Amino acid sequence: MWQYILKRLFLMIPTLLGAAILIFFLLRLIPGDVCEIKLAGAGLYVDQEQIDICRKDLGLDKPMLVQFWNFFFGFLTFDLGKSMWTGKEITFELGLRFELSLQVAIMATLTAILIAIPLGTISAVKQNTWIDYFVRAFSIAGIAIPSFWLGIMIILGLLISTQALFGTPWMPPIEYVPIWEDPLANLSQLIWPAVATGYRYSAVATRMTRSALLEVLREDYIRTARAKGLMEKLIINRHALKNSMLPVVTVIGIEFAFLMGGLVVTEQVFNLNGLGKLFVESVLNQDFALTQALVMVVVSVFIFTNFVVDILYAWLDPRIRYA
Amino acid sequence: MKFPSLKFAVPLAAGLALSFTMADTAQAQKIKRGGILNFVVGSKIPSYDGHIEGTFGMIHPIRPFYSTLIRVNPDNPQSPTDFICDLCEGGVPKGDDGFTKYVFKIRKNVKFHDGTPLTADDITATYKKIIFPPEGIASARKAFFKMVDSVESTGKYEVTFKLKFPSGSFIPSVAMPFNFVYSKKDLDEKGYTWHKTNINGTGAFRFVQHQPGSFVEGKRYENYHIKGKPYLDGFKAISAPKMALRLQAIRGDRAAIEFRGFPPKARDDLVKALGDKITVQESDWNCALYVTPNQRRKPFDDARVRKALSLALDRWGGSKYLSKIAIVKTVGGVVFPNHPLAATREELLKLTGYGTDVAANRKEAKRLLKEAGAENLKMVFNNRGVDQPYKVVGTWLIDQWKQIGVEAEQQVNPSPVFYAKLRKKSDFDVSIDFNCQSVVNPIADVTKFLGSAGNNYGGYKDEVLEKIYDRLLRAGTEKEQRVIMREFETRAISDQVHMIPTLWWYKINPHRSYVKGWKIAPSHYLNQALDQVWLDK
Repeated sequence: MWQYILKRLFLMIPTLLGAAILIFFLLRLIPGDVCEIKLAGAGLYVDQEQIDICRKDLGLDKPMLVQFWNFFFGFLTFDLGKSMWTGKEITFELGLRFELSLQVAIMATLTAILIAIPLGTISAVKQNTWIDYFVRAFSIAGIAIPSFWLGIMIILGLLISTQALFGTPWMPPIEYVPIWEDPLANLSQLIWPAVATGYRYSAVATRMTRSALLEVLREDYIRTARAKGLMEKLIINRHALKNSMLPVVTVIGIEFAFLMGGLVVTEQVFNLNGLGKLFVESVLNQDFALTQALVMVVVSVFIFTNFVVDILYAWLDPRIRYA
Repeated sequence: MKFPSLKFAVPLAAGLALSFTMADTAQAQKIKRGGILNFVVGSKIPSYDGHIEGTFGMIHPIRPFYSTLIRVNPDNPQSPTDFICDLCEGGVPKGDDGFTKYVFKIRKNVKFHDGTPLTADDITATYKKIIFPPEGIASARKAFFKMVDSVESTGKYEVTFKLKFPSGSFIPSVAMPFNFVYSKKDLDEKGYTWHKTNINGTGAFRFVQHQPGSFVEGKRYENYHIKGKPYLDGFKAISAPKMALRLQAIRGDRAAIEFRGFPPKARDDLVKALGDKITVQESDWNCALYVTPNQRRKPFDDARVRKALSLALDRWGGSKYLSKIAIVKTVGGVVFPNHPLAATREELLKLTGYGTDVAANRKEAKRLLKEAGAENLKMVFNNRGVDQPYKVVGTWLIDQWKQIGVEAEQQVNPSPVFYAKLRKKSDFDVSIDFNCQSVVNPIADVTKFLGSAGNNYGGYKDEVLEKIYDRLLRAGTEKEQRVIMREFETRAISDQVHMIPTLWWYKINPHRSYVKGWKIAPSHYLNQALDQVWLDK
């Protein structure tokens, strides 16, 4: 098992290097300049001298390879540099948002798991009954409805219903408070995006659970278990469900990593100051330093999540680690 | 204080603010102290340094921490010529030696938030940084002070500006809200870039914290130099990039106000949902969208083609309909419509593309295109990916040009790409462009139309226009300025049509009715010190 883990760890290095090269050079292909946007974005008169001063301050006047080395060496030594837009340390910028994104990702994942596994299991066990049809319709709706639209509907619904009920419209807070400072304010802000994204996430996982379980339920060893006279509940829980979890774990892992940086629109709908919103802002501002750092963080999250999924695979199916 | 060359402006401007505000009533009410003002801001803070930034994303949350030498009168912000002292005292100087010397007396009771007393040296150091920055130090507003020869402390509490020539744009330039006064000690000891990431001002509020992407928090400065102010205990400027969210935030009372402005539909929705809990203030806005033809490319180097593009626009009709869906409204020329130097309706009607007979205009446009050999013209129109008002106005322009047989393909680009095409690469046929200024300062603002200006992207040289501007810059009386301004306007947008004005913006600020003391200004950069704002809760 340790050999397996070490092998997986070493594979991370070329992936990170490849991602660093790609993001560094691709970003520089996009037209635009952070200094132009900062200084002339409001329609001000800006002469070239001012632009040159700004570019020099940001190190954009240095040769491309020097810039790349500074970036990659900085990443390896955990010195991500400063945001070209705000001038603040990138670790500070990321730290502010990471906590929120992580909490939303965890809450959405929990929501998804709590919905997907029971519904997927029931749907498979009760295949082609009205329960199955209902669960399938519910999950297809989850895939079809974009989570940002659901988010907008949730906010509007809250505003309209609270005004109708109490005379004063209420909406979730629009600024983040850490959970240990004010749990109520924290949850009243984050529960809604967690539900909006968790629903879509659960829809995918429900369908995956159902199809994987249906496949397992047709296996010989399940038939054998039934022939032995084992209780159906025991067959499902102990023999079928665990063996059908491999694809479900993959989906949950990928979705979790996606939630860490990919909630671009949902974060804007709920005004969440998360990594997704920061991503969009950094790209729009041509803040190369921040975009590069963000990509590397998200790549690291994906790699780490995949690593955890691989370990889980090995735990769920011992054949994998011996292969 | 009324600037001498524009003194007849005040009564005119005072009547022009379209407002169904309760601000006047508020003055009569007893002012209540305390409370935190929550407001939403739709843009980001690049840095805290007002001297290098130009976005309202910085002004709205950071301006309350700083004072300026003079400012637009917060009780009469609609007037483009009513300036009052902020850190100076005894009134804004009227100018000596033929308007080439301005002596400011500085308040003696002012302290920076770190406790350092303010003296004339702080003002001098600040303006030297803005006007004569050392090599390698950026200053976004250096060009506004081309007329300044020197700025010196002529006493512990006296600052003297000497001008190379008299200029009507000097005082408005000093009043710009970006001219934060910094401590000389900070500049000397911590350097000229320290203020990008640090705050130490003399404003009505002290800096508490900034969570990038989330909010900026300020609390009342007890030693503020205007006695009895500010009324608020503090404020929180909450970052909210999405307009829909900002709107809902006011509806759900997570924020009381947004200072930039909403489109008409948003105003109507809020009023419908909340009735008298919402107050609406409206005003003409010192921003305008222009179409810039790229004169480096054919056939846009031909004035007949540019004239045709302008003649195609039904500006008066557009005003009527676009103002229902977008933040544009007023038909105007090169000068902010409510300013005394602006063209009257009669004067506008004489300009190319401003006549009310749209059919005749378009017939003439088609003739000009044919004459220039540009019939069935096809062009790419570079637009900015911002809904209000860029995309709305862009769609209108496409339709208007279609009426004269011009087929324009609209390319809506995100800001970085838009700027790269417009400014760096000059890679466009025609492009939207804008001029959005703070203090209404027509003599400075119209430099946008000069081919030599750094923020003009048309790629033309017009010596005649440059000479007219030179005369305008040195014109001493408002009568003279007005005559030359008409000459400038006719040359820039009627005879040569270097740029094609669309409509001036229209500012709509619906806010919670408990917000009192804030009066709408003709710019979203103005009246943001927040020292006069109070909450009727």
